[in-house]
Amino acid sequence: MIRLENVTTTFGQGQEKFTAVKDVSLEITAGSIHGIIGFSGAGKSTLLRNINLLQRPTAGQVFVDGTELTGLNESELRKQRHDIGMIFQHFNLLNNRTALQNVELNLKFAGVAKNERRKRALEALAIVDLADKANAYPGQLSGGQKQRISIARALVTEPKVLLCDEPTSAVDPRTTTSVLQYLSDINSSLGITTVIVTHEMNVIKAIADRVSVMEDGAVVEEFALSSLQEPGFEPVTPIGRYLISDEITLNRTSKPVSSAAHIARV
Amino acid sequence: MNFTSIVLGTSNGSAAAFNFGRIVELAPEIWVAMAQTFAMLLVAIPIAILLGTPLGIWLFSMSPNGLRPRPRLHRVVDGIVNTIRSFPFLILLIAIIPFTRFVVGTTIGTAAVIVPLTINAIPYFARFVEQNISQLGNGVVEAAQAMGATRGQIIREVLLVEARPALLSSITIMTVSFISYSAMAGLVGGGGIGDFAIRYGYYRYETGVMLLAIILMILLVHAVQFVGSRLSRAADKR
Repeated sequence: MIRLENVTTTFGQGQEKFTAVKDVSLEITAGSIHGIIGFSGAGKSTLLRNINLLQRPTAGQVFVDGTELTGLNESELRKQRHDIGMIFQHFNLLNNRTALQNVELNLKFAGVAKNERRKRALEALAIVDLADKANAYPGQLSGGQKQRISIARALVTEPKVLLCDEPTSAVDPRTTTSVLQYLSDINSSLGITTVIVTHEMNVIKAIADRVSVMEDGAVVEEFALSSLQEPGFEPVTPIGRYLISDEITLNRTSKPVSSAAHIARV
Repeated sequence: MNFTSIVLGTSNGSAAAFNFGRIVELAPEIWVAMAQTFAMLLVAIPIAILLGTPLGIWLFSMSPNGLRPRPRLHRVVDGIVNTIRSFPFLILLIAIIPFTRFVVGTTIGTAAVIVPLTINAIPYFARFVEQNISQLGNGVVEAAQAMGATRGQIIREVLLVEARPALLSSITIMTVSFISYSAMAGLVGGGGIGDFAIRYGYYRYETGVMLLAIILMILLVHAVQFVGSRLSRAADKR
């Protein structure tokens, strides 16, 4: 469903030149949930933005559902984007529109007739169990509810692909579970190919079929989550091993911070 | 001289501060002056909104981080806006007299003062629009782009909607500022309540009349601020 070929993304010029994504090739099967994990600055959000060309790659090709997005002009690209939903860490809802209006807006952009918009938007809100909040403004909703509204907004055009940029990084652990449950249900009932960027291995373990591990702009390894069940399986790279262990281990033997020095600095 | 006599005293020392007879006598002129002030504001402010909004959006769009960056063109227009904004209003009023004559066919009277007021108000409001929009952050724009919105849709359906409360506040600030600018209309015989205060109160030492005019201006400013704040708060759903 999604294929990236030798995608490279560079920001800036000359001395300030910075390569966020380095020669990444990736294939994501239709209907699967694919995770992209890495530390801050690894380039995972840029790679996700390369898929719908929110960030146009400097080199390489992007294919979604057989169409080469990198070969399209602006208006053709806009049309393709109606088939690619996206949700964000900070939801990016419009504060001055109600939940229903936020969802309807995506249909308006997609050119759906006015009388049909309301009906479909309400259906999408029902999928995330928030039909009763249709007339609430985002400011009146919790973080989890806002993310569910944004999921409804992304789904309402019935996209084939759903891109999720750190969808649970701004919500608490219980809400994380709920948001992931919705994403998982939607994936299995609607068959939407889902790509999820996160820095939390727990999120990947809970929801993904496969995961790409990114470090320093490159995908350093990729494996199926089912392999974690196999005896003797271990990620190849140190970062992969580190991420699946996902424990916070502190060095408790290091020398104590001098309180006097601390106060002096303050 | 004590405070009361400074405030209420007249040139000949008679303490006829609020001489109601005089005020009744001048009532028709006061009405005309108020009407002139309203005329100035009701023409200049809507035109400033109508033309300043697209100009502000344009400034935002063409800026290096905008929707359609055109840095060089942006610098030119940005410079023009700054230049107009740096003229003291009194000097602008005189400087553009030929243009005023071209537009309204006269260089005196209320119509003649509306032209420089409007010329001053357009870039004034454009700056507000530019700032209010750029403060919205990139998140909502990115979301709209991901949904396949056109630039026009992003501006109409996203940016202007999200900036609405801030824009209403900006219109309020602009209106209050221009009530004050309109007082300089007297220089070209433009009238208005501010000019009335200067002519009768200041030049003719009719302090009571001046006070009345100033009270009317205070009431006007308060009314504008009250309505503007209400509208802005009602529009703000954050």
